[in-house]
Amino acid sequence: MVRADRFRILTGGTGLLAPLALLLIVTVLVQQAWPAIVHFGPGFLTGRVWNPVSLNFAALPYIYGTVASASIALVIAIPVGIGVALFLAEPGQAGLRGAIGIAVELLAAIPSVVYGLWALFVMGPFVFKALETPLNNRFGSFPLFSGTARPTSLFTAGLILAVMVLPTLASISREVIRAVPGGLREASVALGATWWETTWRVILPAARAGIFGAVVLALGRALGETIAVTMTIGNRAQISPALFEPAYTLAAVIANEFTEATAPLHTAALVELGVVLIGVTLTVNLSAQLLLRASADARP
Amino acid sequence: MNKRRLAVNALARAAVYLTALLALIPLGLVLSYTVARGLPAVEHLSFFTNIERPPGIPGGGIEHAIAGTAIMVGLASLLAIPVGVLGGVHLAEYGHGRLAGWVRLAADVLVGAPSIAIGLFAYALFVAPFHHFSAVSASIALAVLMLPVVIRTTEASVTLIPNGLREAGLALGLPRWRVSLQLVLPAAAPGVITGALLAVARAAGETAPLLFTTLGNRFFNLDPTHQMSSLTLIVFHDALTPYDDLNQTAWGAALVLVLLVLAVNLGSRFALRRQLSLAGKL
Repeated sequence: MVRADRFRILTGGTGLLAPLALLLIVTVLVQQAWPAIVHFGPGFLTGRVWNPVSLNFAALPYIYGTVASASIALVIAIPVGIGVALFLAEPGQAGLRGAIGIAVELLAAIPSVVYGLWALFVMGPFVFKALETPLNNRFGSFPLFSGTARPTSLFTAGLILAVMVLPTLASISREVIRAVPGGLREASVALGATWWETTWRVILPAARAGIFGAVVLALGRALGETIAVTMTIGNRAQISPALFEPAYTLAAVIANEFTEATAPLHTAALVELGVVLIGVTLTVNLSAQLLLRASADARP
Repeated sequence: MNKRRLAVNALARAAVYLTALLALIPLGLVLSYTVARGLPAVEHLSFFTNIERPPGIPGGGIEHAIAGTAIMVGLASLLAIPVGVLGGVHLAEYGHGRLAGWVRLAADVLVGAPSIAIGLFAYALFVAPFHHFSAVSASIALAVLMLPVVIRTTEASVTLIPNGLREAGLALGLPRWRVSLQLVLPAAAPGVITGALLAVARAAGETAPLLFTTLGNRFFNLDPTHQMSSLTLIVFHDALTPYDDLNQTAWGAALVLVLLVLAVNLGSRFALRRQLSLAGKL
């Protein structure tokens, strides 16, 4: 009996490592960033200057780039992801659906750096030639398409991020849609609704909370993604509505500058960017998990 | 009216099928380009037996990066898998309380934590105090990334084991810990191993946590207290150079990486499916 209790406590201790790691990560980062937090105050979040020579640091252009690239990714990935989830959740044709399901999971398995490599050498130049340049030439006066189009741009990064978050969106939405009670579908079909009317008016509303959770989770992934974005976004700190111009993200500037930072304040400012990043992504992830749990609990 | 409804229905159906096709396009393109561009590098055996060379000098390889990835991911697995499996068993066997709910939530949130932040964390704790970069610090960062995945997949597969097995063991007088470790865990092994392998594949594909911990190394090194290269670091650094031969090396390393990750993914999936279909026949 005593032994059983010891086993329970020991294994429980190993389980506690997960929350412990989470707490430790946040504490260590805040502590490392402390000199910058004290030095710049809240102005760090609203200032636009990042100058390692004059030791002036502020985060706004990076926050803008992070949020903008993640938003582009979601705008593209949400309709496709939900479409794929609807396709996968349908009954019948198990072979075809199984194959596409595995393909979607493999999409999640490809390393970020490989996406970055492909986007840098193949997708970026293609999008530049086929989409960015024509739109830029014809509608250059429209703010979104203005500026000087580049193969490495906010749009390129957003597009590759869309590919990368698609599996998250699709596989979680599929689970949520599958969990909608069959009776709802049958009742709707019995009333004479078509497949689409059933999907649009019954299935999707019933799965709304869970799909929203999946979207928020995908947002968290997109905000925190580093390598593929660093390789494709062009790494220029600017706040501009122009989709086809370069931008810069929190994660990318940390990746590029951290090992080159010599001034302690520069290092601390980079870690503070990390604190902003992890603060935002953990909040987003926590909300996503709570949403998904709430939607799972609400099921009968 | 009815015609319009049917037309809308057909259109929506077509759109859903189209999205499924659309999702296949990037996978197909990434894989085919990686194979097409990586093959010219990989077809020389020296690619696997030489270390990298400066631009312009032919015959460079990725031996040091393969060794680095293997050692760093191996160490990370030694750290994360035993601990994660025990934690997962605990959650499945005893995890009904409020604390277990918190642990689950923390693990799920940790899975989504940006890997670059975990790199910064490992730098602060395991690089800065020692004043030099090391492969061990990278392994610790990777272990932090793997841990929540292992915990959750272990829990998921152990939970699936029917209670009859536990009751049989307890009825025979086995203590609870032997029931968990010697009856339930082996029965859940395929799922646990699949989860662990997926975590290994994920760690092998990570770049961001390595940037400030192991940093990279142009030379062959087996000492984990010093810098090492990795497949992902080779891809990242060589892709961003203006030299064609280094870009070629990047594609070659990417191909090796993709083959490794896909083999682990498909292989473990296949093994799991076999086991599940066997279990279904019992």
